Amino acid sequence: MKRRSILLITIACFGYALLYMPIASVVVYSFNASRLVTLWGGFSTRWYVSLLHDDKLLAAAFLSLRIAVISATVATALGALLALAMHRVRRLPGRLLLSGMITAPLVMPEIITGLSLLFLFISMASLIGWPATRGAATITIAHITFSMAYVVVVVRARLAVMDESLEEAAMDLGGRPVAVFFDVTVPMLLPALLSGWLLAFTLSLDDLVISSFVSGPGATTLPMLIFAKVRLGVTPDINAITTIIIGLVIVAVTTAALVTNRRRATAA
Amino acid sequence: MVQIRGLSKDFNGIVAVDQVSLDIQRGELFAILGSSGCGKTTLLRMLAGFEQPSGGQVLIDGVDMTEAPPYERPVNLMFQSYALFPHMTVADNVAYGLKKERLPAAQIRARVAEMLALVKLETLAARKPDKLSGGQQQRVALARALVKRPKLLLLDEPLAALDRKLREHTQFELANLQYQLGTTFVVVTHDQDEAMVLASRIAVMSEGRIAQVGTPAEVYEYPTNRHVASFVGNINLIDGVVTGCEAGRVALRCEALNASLCVVCAEALPAGEPLCIAVRPEKITISRTEPDATNRNVVKGVVRDLGYFGDQSLYRVRLTSGAVLQVSAQNLRRSASLTIEWDDEVYLSWEVASTIPLHS
Amino acid sequence: MSTATPTVPPWQQWLRRAVRVPYLWLLLFFLAPFLIILKISFAEPVIAQPPFSALLVWGAHGLQGIRATFENYSFLFRDGYYGIIVLSSLKMAAIGTVLCLLLGYPMAYFIARQPPRRRQLLLLAVILPFWISFLLRVYAWIGLLDNHGVINHLLLSLGIIHKPLTMLYNNFAVYLGIVYSYLPFMILPLYSTLERLNLDLLDAAADLGARRWRAFVDITLPLSLPGILGGCLLVFIPAVGEFTIPALLGGADTLMIGRVLWDEFFVSRDWPVASAVSVVLLLLLIAPILWFQHLQNREHEAST
Repeated sequence: MKRRSILLITIACFGYALLYMPIASVVVYSFNASRLVTLWGGFSTRWYVSLLHDDKLLAAAFLSLRIAVISATVATALGALLALAMHRVRRLPGRLLLSGMITAPLVMPEIITGLSLLFLFISMASLIGWPATRGAATITIAHITFSMAYVVVVVRARLAVMDESLEEAAMDLGGRPVAVFFDVTVPMLLPALLSGWLLAFTLSLDDLVISSFVSGPGATTLPMLIFAKVRLGVTPDINAITTIIIGLVIVAVTTAALVTNRRRATAA
Repeated sequence: MVQIRGLSKDFNGIVAVDQVSLDIQRGELFAILGSSGCGKTTLLRMLAGFEQPSGGQVLIDGVDMTEAPPYERPVNLMFQSYALFPHMTVADNVAYGLKKERLPAAQIRARVAEMLALVKLETLAARKPDKLSGGQQQRVALARALVKRPKLLLLDEPLAALDRKLREHTQFELANLQYQLGTTFVVVTHDQDEAMVLASRIAVMSEGRIAQVGTPAEVYEYPTNRHVASFVGNINLIDGVVTGCEAGRVALRCEALNASLCVVCAEALPAGEPLCIAVRPEKITISRTEPDATNRNVVKGVVRDLGYFGDQSLYRVRLTSGAVLQVSAQNLRRSASLTIEWDDEVYLSWEVASTIPLHS
Repeated sequence: MSTATPTVPPWQQWLRRAVRVPYLWLLLFFLAPFLIILKISFAEPVIAQPPFSALLVWGAHGLQGIRATFENYSFLFRDGYYGIIVLSSLKMAAIGTVLCLLLGYPMAYFIARQPPRRRQLLLLAVILPFWISFLLRVYAWIGLLDNHGVINHLLLSLGIIHKPLTMLYNNFAVYLGIVYSYLPFMILPLYSTLERLNLDLLDAAADLGARRWRAFVDITLPLSLPGILGGCLLVFIPAVGEFTIPALLGGADTLMIGRVLWDEFFVSRDWPVASAVSVVLLLLLIAPILWFQHLQNREHEAST
């Protein structure tokens, strides 16, 4: 007896179209032989080929990947620790401040975070001599700092619905706390740890503003490079990169969805 | 074997368990019975080691285990939610405790197989818990706890999550298992039927304290206080004032019933002392003819309500004073002409010895 | 299930000690930087590396004095320019948030009413763009909105317009960019609140008598308020300081504080003023940030 609201469906379609229109157009034009968006010069993969020869771009891509992997891993470890502590420790000293420091990065404008971290690194350099030059290390530290907050959100959500009697059962059966942590807690948290890692990885890979502030000579990340290029307008090889990333994301997300669905199906 | 001495636990001023002392014998199937909030779960968790007592001691086989963490106690707990590890198979679940004891792999495999056979789950050893039914999950939980051969097995509401048919079946399985293994079981439950059927001794708990400890028969037929009397089974509670006593019997006057009754009581109670007595519905005989009053308490009334269950009938009889007594009677005769109907005037009588004096 | 507290001392002790590491990390790399910005906002610009004066003046006999100035702040307030920019940023972020809500709410409502299978798919379709680079997605609009871009090309060739529409390098493009980029952030909190409401009941009530619109306004809307607030704050606060969108899609007359800060810092090298602007921006955002934190905590408690 549900009356289908035409209005609702129209708005939803419009919304989805909005979300995917730019993506679709970029994909289409990445295969455009002509430089210009207005002219369709025929199907071509020349922009993809030119990517392979663009050393600067490839170097920036590898740098971004390296930073993303390291920062995601450290952020996940620290974030998980924070989430566990906040959820389980009854009387935590400085809980209020900690809670604020964990929520604020989620909404803080990146300009402020970037600027403040740069000033910190400069002050540190004049006080203790490190970091002498800013670059990959400072970018990684910055990324870890803001990614942590996102990991905490994801892990906390999982902890809220986790059955704690499982850890008690393990202890009851003779498992010492450390053993219980690795035998039960970590496996139970694994989905949240993985999605937290992925989230931190994506945020790091995609970051422009903060990296721009805290980076130094010689350390150009992929977003920084892309931004410099696109300030001047549409560049076809950027279309090619976008399409590649879209492809990777679709593959990754579909795989993840299939895996979780299969697990859920076999559990039913 | 288990001695609990003055055990207490309070949470920020709220007392959950208040000076509880119990002795549990080796090989018993002991039940702790009480409604939710009475403190029985807290008591259980203190026995298992998940709560630190605020006071008192727990001794197992003479060894003080009050401060010991759960992984150092010869005690295992079967959780109400079963708490099976979802990422491990049935066999791995059962083997977990043995692995923590660092037993050789061959021995672990042998004991796991033995235990799975005992609970009839051999064919499901390689399955994950989410593919099992509720009853099967419970048996895994049981196997997992028992495979370590603990001195004491604690069971938290073991039958609560099962549907009725399965519950009856499992009740007998549990009792048999316990008898076979000879392990001391302590069952915590709010279901009095469960406690009565399973246990060799019951402790009734209320508001953090033990109200009474005894065999099921003792607790049912000889409750010592109002709470136990009304918690287990149906009962009629009657307040009265002592009028006199002689030769082990106490006479009292009950205004509520507008009757004088007698009860067997060893104590000599002074006249004027208030006394509460109780009588179970099934101990009362209901008849339309006046019964012989020797050694019996007799009152008169009118049938107000009648519940026919086929094998038995429950009557609610209103006395002249206005008070209502519950009576249950087996339907011993087939003939309809002898049955009692609504608005019949009836006599209720019961043996003086069936009257229960309650001390509080 | 037992209602007694589940934690056991061994956990607590170890966690309490271990959590010091991330705690100190955050204190050093998140909190301390804000204090430093505060300090620099009171400094004077100098031609040196770094281009600001030190706070503490050390002499031969130790601490001689403090060199601080309110010049930066008074400059901000004297020069109406900054005031205008801040107000403009707030206004643009607010309008963008409202537009995002107007599109996001019906979408979230629509998804929440679908059967479970389809719901997952639709939600996935909303989240998918999020995993694709933010920068690249904003960039993608350039190709669409440009005077010689796809949309104009289409409309011109269909004869709907005769002159290309200026859709790029103006406020319109920025609003579009904000709505587009932040839509997933608006939809997710809305969806999770709406999903918890039993929408079938509302449909039934509506069919029984209460007019649909009335039932929606009186029941659904108020109950979905936490989701609305969460989504709006999640969009508004970062949008105020947004840089990428105005930098790529905005025009010369698009006044947003994020861009101004960037220019102030990278172009004019006036770090003390940049710091003062940041401090002012932060002060403006503290109330919404605290509100957001309060909502987050409430949300977390509700789900346990």
